[in-house]
Amino acid sequence: MSIRTPLAHVRGLGTAKDGTHHWWVQRVTSVALVPLVLWFIVSLLAVSHADYETFQHWLSNPVRAGLMVALLVAMFYHASLGMQVIYEDYVRPEGAKVVAVLVTQFVLFLLGVISIVAVLKIALA
Amino acid sequence: MSAANKRPLSPFMIGPYYKPQMTSVLSITHRATGAGLVVGTLLLVYWLAAAAVGPKAYEHAQAVLGSMLGQLFLFLWTWALFYHLANGIRHLFWDAGYGFELPDATKSGWAVVWSSIILTFLCWLIAAP
Repeated sequence: MSIRTPLAHVRGLGTAKDGTHHWWVQRVTSVALVPLVLWFIVSLLAVSHADYETFQHWLSNPVRAGLMVALLVAMFYHASLGMQVIYEDYVRPEGAKVVAVLVTQFVLFLLGVISIVAVLKIALA
Repeated sequence: MSAANKRPLSPFMIGPYYKPQMTSVLSITHRATGAGLVVGTLLLVYWLAAAAVGPKAYEHAQAVLGSMLGQLFLFLWTWALFYHLANGIRHLFWDAGYGFELPDATKSGWAVVWSSIILTFLCWLIAAP
């Protein structure tokens, strides 16, 4: 016997009603990442050997700083969604899966914030 | 364990149950490169954070990334990025409903493999100091 009613036991066990949201934002971020990554690679070819002054001057351009922040946002969001699917497929039991997903999301969020702050500091210096 | 939990499951993809196919190998490689790229973001964050700290930290980061190990890691990261990019575009075409015929899937698969290899070497030839 439980003080919870039979209805309370089954509530929430049905559809989450947002089943396509994860799938959709993974596609949206991947579409955004195609031009952003191509820009990033071409940029790296130009600045990979640059000294500090050159690199700082390069990133102080607001269009470049903006593209870099957009790349970081899309990239870390996409990474978080992708890692979640990998954990959901392979990590058991349920508790370990939830912990793995949460820890990865927290770490990737933090890395994203740190890198964006770094870009802004360089760009606004 | 209830009876419902004892229903047969299809076996895991890796093992003696399924013959590896070009399409399935490319599929798991997409996941592997995705996870590898996540690890690679640590280098990007390190590089940007070092540049934000100052010239000294930036020079140090450039030296670390320019070392043999750093260059090897960056080379693999370049290939993983091109592979995930090319195969990601292949996936987007599938999502839009194109390229499901077996000969098409095989052809696009080889296009992904070769374009990722060629673009990686092209990049490193251009970036060579």
